[in-house]
Amino acid sequence: MPDISREQVRHLADLARIELDDAELDHLAPQLSVILESVASISEVATDDVPPTSHPLPVTNVFREDVVRPSLTPEQALSGAPAVEEQRFAVPRILGDEQ
Amino acid sequence: MSTPTELVDYDEALASYDPAMGLEVHVELNTATKMFCGCPAVFGAAPNTQTCPTCLGLPGSMPAVNARAVESAIRIGLALNCEIAEWCRFARKNYFYPDMPKNFQTSQYDEPIAFDGWTDVEVVTADGTETFRVEIERAHMEEDTGKSLHVGGTTGRIHGADYSLVDYNRAGIPLIEIVTRPIVGAGDKAPAVARAYVAHLRDLIVGLGVSEARMDQGNLRADVNLSLSPAGSGTLGTRTETKNVNSFRSVERAARYEVSRQAAILRAGGSITQETRHWHEDTGVTTSGREKSDAEDYRYFPEPDLVPVAPSREWVEELRATLPEPPRARRSRLQQEWGFSDLEMRDTVGAGALGLVEETVACGASPQSARKWWLSELARRANETGTDLAALPIGPVDVARIQALVDEGKINDKLARQVFDGVLAGEGTPDEVVASRGLAVVSDDGALGEAVDRAIEANPDVAAKIRDGKVAAAGALIGAVMKEMRGQADAGRVRELIVERLS
Ligand SMILES: [Zn+2]
Repeated sequence: MPDISREQVRHLADLARIELDDAELDHLAPQLSVILESVASISEVATDDVPPTSHPLPVTNVFREDVVRPSLTPEQALSGAPAVEEQRFAVPRILGDEQ
Repeated sequence: MSTPTELVDYDEALASYDPAMGLEVHVELNTATKMFCGCPAVFGAAPNTQTCPTCLGLPGSMPAVNARAVESAIRIGLALNCEIAEWCRFARKNYFYPDMPKNFQTSQYDEPIAFDGWTDVEVVTADGTETFRVEIERAHMEEDTGKSLHVGGTTGRIHGADYSLVDYNRAGIPLIEIVTRPIVGAGDKAPAVARAYVAHLRDLIVGLGVSEARMDQGNLRADVNLSLSPAGSGTLGTRTETKNVNSFRSVERAARYEVSRQAAILRAGGSITQETRHWHEDTGVTTSGREKSDAEDYRYFPEPDLVPVAPSREWVEELRATLPEPPRARRSRLQQEWGFSDLEMRDTVGAGALGLVEETVACGASPQSARKWWLSELARRANETGTDLAALPIGPVDVARIQALVDEGKINDKLARQVFDGVLAGEGTPDEVVASRGLAVVSDDGALGEAVDRAIEANPDVAAKIRDGKVAAAGALIGAVMKEMRGQADAGRVRELIVERLS
């Protein structure tokens, strides 16, 4: 199975806005390769007659009625926030543009 | 920077280049709850009062799909003549930005619920009404993001902001994203077609009753994609994507601006950067946002916490039976019911006032009076403030009530304009404005009689003429009474009182 390169790990870290130094990249790239290899072993047993699936249960159409349920209080919602201002989550600025 | 200071004149640009446009419209559904949790989806609540572990993306929480949102998505798809998927999944669109606390948006990727549709859009041009078929590539389900407020910096945009304050009330509200195939072959009418399409889509959505569809409130948000290619080449050029254009008028303006801007770059031998651009309503220009590069690397994968959606054909047919009549059939029916001429109908449709007139008539006004107020008085005001009719802070109920006040003789047309002023200024309902501004026409014989007596006394010559049978002279006395009553008198009744006294 393909090795995951240092550059790929750096790219993923950038996408996830995680800063990794060279030593961390050297350390993580082989570890991620091992994980990928383990997952790839599934394809050895998945032959052409086994369709790809995204859910273990063969069910469809599990819906919820459009009925309001109680929300958290703002105090509960904000209890895990790094900082709070004006009843909002205060977060560091993100460089780049708005999504 | 690739932005030229000189723009190419629009008509000149179109002589050398063919525009291709694409529109991505996000429709915020009017469900009671969010897409994947039971939090309320109403607009305007205090910050972070409508959140739960699911829409905050807390560990261990599980999403559950809102049945009514799926139903609305299918109805929108059917109204746009789409195929409805027999089986489709949600997907995670991964991106790390604080407006989405889960670090992914639950969306649909290569398995949209609706695809391969079309809709016919009527465009009013100098040559008359033309019909353009806009092809729909897909309509898919997703969820809205939270709202960020950027603090510090200089502009309020995130550049230079010190930090952001996020409200997650909006995160998770159901959205349907409707994507067109490239609109080609419309030539210089492309921006008008784009505008007409968005207005048509709004009418359709309102007809389905699945969204408030107010562009000014962000229930309907349009991204305008545009590229130019050398005239007659039949190719597609590099496109830009202008975000969050929030009125029908701006859709057309933004498209025209991009035509002029891109033509200037191409004519100078430059190339167009594929990028996101921001529309500035006040200055009428677009500016560069972010370039499309690895920021677009969303690593979509099927959402493992949700099972596939597989609408049975019976369900789809049941929903098809609930669709309102198609826009074109509706227009010809309304024209007949209202007795409008082709020209009146064309102007009504062109002004985006069809639904407004229909609702005003439903509130009791005559079709001609409804048309008169929306297309003259209110269209002029919308034009002055650069908004759409539907975005004015006055609705069909108010317009119908003002006309009823005129019909009842409580006010006249002149006073009605002052009532419009008051309602638009936020002074309350028409009746409240009439009361607070003291606008009622005086038809009470006591007060009018006194004013008539005074006018006769002050104009003995005129009075003598009327006594001699020259009733036409009454105009001067009516004028005097109206002046004294500051326009609020019932002119017909004044005439009667004058004639009573002088014959
Ligand atoms: Zn929630």
